[in-house]
Amino acid sequence: MSTIVEPVPSGLTRELGGRLRDWVPALVVFVLAIALWQGLTTAFHVQTFLLPKPSDIARSFWENKSALWSAGVYTLKEAAGGFVLGSGLGILAALLLARFRVVGAALMPFAIAANAIPIIAFAPITNNWFGLLNPFSKMAIAAVLCFFPTMVNTLRGLTSVHPSSIELMRSYAAGETAVFRHVRIPNSLPFMFTGLKISAVLSMIGAIVGEYFGGPTNALGVSILNDTQLFDFPRAWAGIVLASAFGLAFYGLVVLAEHFTTSWHPSARSFSGE
Amino acid sequence: MSVDAGSKAVSIRGVSKTFRTGTTALVDIDLEVEPGEFVSLIGPSGCGKSTVLRIVGDLVQPSAGSVLVNGKPAHRARLDHDYGIVFQDAVLYDWRTVAKNVSLPLEMLGWSRARRKARVEEMLELVELRGFESSRPWQLSGGMQQRVSIARALSFDPSLLLMDEPFGALDEMTRERLNLELLQIWEKAGSTVIFVTHSIPEAVFLSTRVVVMSSRPGRIADVIPVDLPRPRGVATREDTRFFELVTAVREALAAGRVEAPPRSLATGEVY
Ligand SMILES: Nc1ncnc2c1ncn2[C@@H]1O[C@H](COP(=O)(O)OP(=O)(O)O)[C@@H](O)[C@H]1O
Ligand SMILES: [Mg+2]
Repeated sequence: MSTIVEPVPSGLTRELGGRLRDWVPALVVFVLAIALWQGLTTAFHVQTFLLPKPSDIARSFWENKSALWSAGVYTLKEAAGGFVLGSGLGILAALLLARFRVVGAALMPFAIAANAIPIIAFAPITNNWFGLLNPFSKMAIAAVLCFFPTMVNTLRGLTSVHPSSIELMRSYAAGETAVFRHVRIPNSLPFMFTGLKISAVLSMIGAIVGEYFGGPTNALGVSILNDTQLFDFPRAWAGIVLASAFGLAFYGLVVLAEHFTTSWHPSARSFSGE
Repeated sequence: MSVDAGSKAVSIRGVSKTFRTGTTALVDIDLEVEPGEFVSLIGPSGCGKSTVLRIVGDLVQPSAGSVLVNGKPAHRARLDHDYGIVFQDAVLYDWRTVAKNVSLPLEMLGWSRARRKARVEEMLELVELRGFESSRPWQLSGGMQQRVSIARALSFDPSLLLMDEPFGALDEMTRERLNLELLQIWEKAGSTVIFVTHSIPEAVFLSTRVVVMSSRPGRIADVIPVDLPRPRGVATREDTRFFELVTAVREALAAGRVEAPPRSLATGEVY
């Protein structure tokens, strides 16, 4: 439980929103790390199957760019589909559990228990259920992975409302619907985005691992697996780098959405220059 | 129920409250508040002041007794938007701007956008916060936040204002300034106010009557009418009568406090 619930506010909105100048140190570290990697693998003649040189990975990426890119997009689509499905259901479930506490009390223990299941172990099973080549078999795994972090975090946001916030609404004769609309849902947004950020990363993992158990050849996970079996390690690494880049981009997209939806949050105060 | 209960702003009769946790917060409270009165509740922390306010506001149900607001059951009065409430922490929603916070009750009442806008401007004028319409609550100081909260409570012209230690978290200077502002607003609006505080000078300065409560369990120990002339201002605090009344309230509080321990010792009860 505790690993998927993070306290809001995350400083990430601030980091991503920072000026270009703030990125310079990170960029320097990145370039130095690549240079060090290149230097060490060259100096010590590290064999390619252990760790290819960055230049080899880059060359392989360039030579295979259209195939890798289309495989990456295919897998990203699976991940995104699973993300939308799983997180959407997670938000819906959280709303229902927050609205009907009795149901919540009855179901929460099961949700917590289910959350402890290593869901990724089901990948071969969903491949059987929906068919190896059906993208839905990967979406299903990604969706189940996204469901719990989104649900648990959103639920926490919906319920961790200050009692006087609710009393204020009651004093206006507001019903449950108005309380949700004006208090619980806005209050839950920063929490929900904590869940969505975790889910964005998990969905990419789910799709790739699902593909390791079989899928169409134009999928990134299948491509990486095939490359290692053919001893084309630079190409496999190029696939991994692309998967990481797409995962990061997906995450960044969620952070961007968070920034625009919760700019009212006190954690956003650095934007207003305070 | 007597005939004149209908003409009272608030009529609390025989109200007791025992929470589900077993805490007895109030025992047999009786209090009648006339329309246009400014009544303060003062007493040690935990004596049930907030509970009285929340029972009047129909936010908590009494275990016994009855509450009428404007001659109606408290529940009916809440549904009719008969009162506005101000809490110690301003309870502003971060996801709304200052203007939107003030217009929240108007939205709940279904006012048109144009009417809301006009009223919000009027209210922010009243609490001297023009120019902060699009600020976020957390960008304001504590005193400003509380003024937003007061503007919100007054925005729909409720006949009754319930205030639970609204200035309790503010520094002394801000508190005295807001006391003055509140009196001016109250005199203009002609509403009834029930005001919870633990500051004796504040209670005396503001009120037409000070209700002194004692604790464990919460009871009304004394009611002290305040006959200071109006309009009250800076000079009021230097009036000898002001000091006499402050002393009277302090003594009533002390008497309430001394009374309690021997009782519990004598009966052997643990409250
Ligand atoms: N919701 C509640 N559940 C249980 N006990 C409560 C609740 N609200 C208040 N109390 C108890 O009732 C007593 C009076 O509380 P309160 O009215 O808040 O006092 P005051 O406002 O005078 O400080 C306290 O002992 C408090 O702990
Ligand atoms: Mg209180």
